[in-house]
Amino acid sequence: MRTIKFLVQKEFLQIFRNKGMLPIIFVMPIIQLLILSNAATFDIRNVTYHLIDKDQSTMSRQLAEKFTGSGYFILKNSSFSYEAGQQDLKSNTVNMVLEIPKFFERDLGNSGKAKVQLTINAEDGNSAGLIQSYSATIISNFAQEITGKNIAPGMTLPNIIQIEHAFWYNPELNYKTYMIPGILVALVTMIGLFLSGMNIVREKEIGTIEQLNVTPIKKHQFIIGKLLPFWVIGLFELAFGLVIGRLVFNLPLTGSFALIFGTAAIYLLVVLGIGLFISTVTDTQQQAMLIAWFFMVIFLLMGGLFTPIDSMPAWAQKVTLFNPVAHYVLMMRSILLKGSGFLDLYGHIVALSVFAVLMLSLAVLRYRKVSD
Amino acid sequence: MSYAIQAENLTKRFGDFIAVNAITFDVKQGEIFGFLGANGAGKTTAIRMLIGLLSPTSGKAHVAGYDVFTQTENIKRSIGYMSQKFSLYEDLTVRENIRFYGGIYGLSDEHIKTKTDFLIRKLQLEDAADMMISSLPLGWKQKLSFSVAILHEPKIVFLDEPTGGVDPITRRQFWNLIYEAAADGVTIFVTTHYMDESEYCDRVSIMVDGRIEALDTPRGLKQTYAADSMNDVFVKLARPQKKEN
Repeated sequence: MRTIKFLVQKEFLQIFRNKGMLPIIFVMPIIQLLILSNAATFDIRNVTYHLIDKDQSTMSRQLAEKFTGSGYFILKNSSFSYEAGQQDLKSNTVNMVLEIPKFFERDLGNSGKAKVQLTINAEDGNSAGLIQSYSATIISNFAQEITGKNIAPGMTLPNIIQIEHAFWYNPELNYKTYMIPGILVALVTMIGLFLSGMNIVREKEIGTIEQLNVTPIKKHQFIIGKLLPFWVIGLFELAFGLVIGRLVFNLPLTGSFALIFGTAAIYLLVVLGIGLFISTVTDTQQQAMLIAWFFMVIFLLMGGLFTPIDSMPAWAQKVTLFNPVAHYVLMMRSILLKGSGFLDLYGHIVALSVFAVLMLSLAVLRYRKVSD
Repeated sequence: MSYAIQAENLTKRFGDFIAVNAITFDVKQGEIFGFLGANGAGKTTAIRMLIGLLSPTSGKAHVAGYDVFTQTENIKRSIGYMSQKFSLYEDLTVRENIRFYGGIYGLSDEHIKTKTDFLIRKLQLEDAADMMISSLPLGWKQKLSFSVAILHEPKIVFLDEPTGGVDPITRRQFWNLIYEAAADGVTIFVTTHYMDESEYCDRVSIMVDGRIEALDTPRGLKQTYAADSMNDVFVKLARPQKKEN
């Protein structure tokens, strides 16, 4: 125990004396949260559209106004030919073409049914899906309004297209709220992976590791002494990030703090284990950095942080089962936004624990005081 | 006579390359043993085996009575080591370095405190005690490094080129520290490239291409090789071998 105390004391002294360290600990989370959460949003605004209003009626104009008035759509152009609309789509002038056919008002009045046509640029599938869903909401609201006006009380609603939208857990569709738990995961991962990995390799580079290896220090003491400071810093980072999330973005923080930090504690062991393992197989900080980045990129891109895991091909979805980041992003979102409990996340907690034990054992096995 | 170090046919092979080729020697307790050799002769490899950083390929060796194959952790408790590479933490102060190494060798807080005060006074580092190691001149660092290596009062201390790059006055001061430690009964195992330093040793071995070619007192070696100085002895021994390769 005493040996570990001296090691931890030394690490903290060195960490806080390192001029680059405090900015990493305090500035990185702020920048990541403020910039990434605003930039990396799935929210769609300023969708430009081309209007082909062949009806030229009050109602057709009302519908077009609904689009513009929603705040999501901007009328860029209008014409009477579908070709002109297509041309605008091709040249990326607009994202969508809205075509209101002739007799729109008449049909709606007569039968309560009418058609409009949406042509959406779907190069970006995610955005196209969102544009479609926004448009459908506007159209169905409009239809309900119109038909509702004409319907006398007591009569049943006519059979018009109705699209139900219910956004649970994030009722205002606030993508910042959705992104923040994921960004916190990225933050904790970077801190854990890079700092722990770089730290031991640095001792290799300057040669002090050799001095430590000729002391009677035990393997487990060395490893605990090395990992504990970064484990504490990782948890602190998370707390700091949560505070910013709460203050700046009004993050819901629905779940229990015990669960948030309990799962973070396990997750950090996984990340630190990977960092430690990297440091045992590399000799220079550059090597360690490259390998850490390699894992970091794969983990993040396959972690459901930016692209939903559900839309990955089946084989890739299976691969993400072995990605600790994927488990933890899902857990953090569930805990923070939905208030999921221990039992809801039991499977993920077990998975993370298994990873932690595996990575740490691997790292301990690879770390040698006596070389061959 | 009890021995601090005994090695018998100690060998280290890296693939086809034999870095240390069946060396046999012993070091008596309290002796200052000079371990000489040209660059690449295998000195550092030999030391790394003796201090339990590297497992030997074959042969036998005991350090402080412990087997280098199986009891490396016991060896580590009984020895001090100062490597070629400077081994104190540059971003810690003099005091913090002493406290850290004292702590991991299991010295009590009280003991660490008295040792720290004693060392700072002895090395006249009063003004530098709270300065970062990085701001100290090399000579001071080396003296401090040696003092830290014997902080836990080991039976044997291994010094791998401890005076490399240091001026003659500081080297002399450094050797005074070595003599002091030896007078306290610490066995000194030292490698050096300075032949004048080898004259300070009780006995000297000279390694050439992984083998110990000569082992005797400096006086004995000079007689055997009919040389005026250890420098001549070294050149006579090391040079012909190099030419064959």
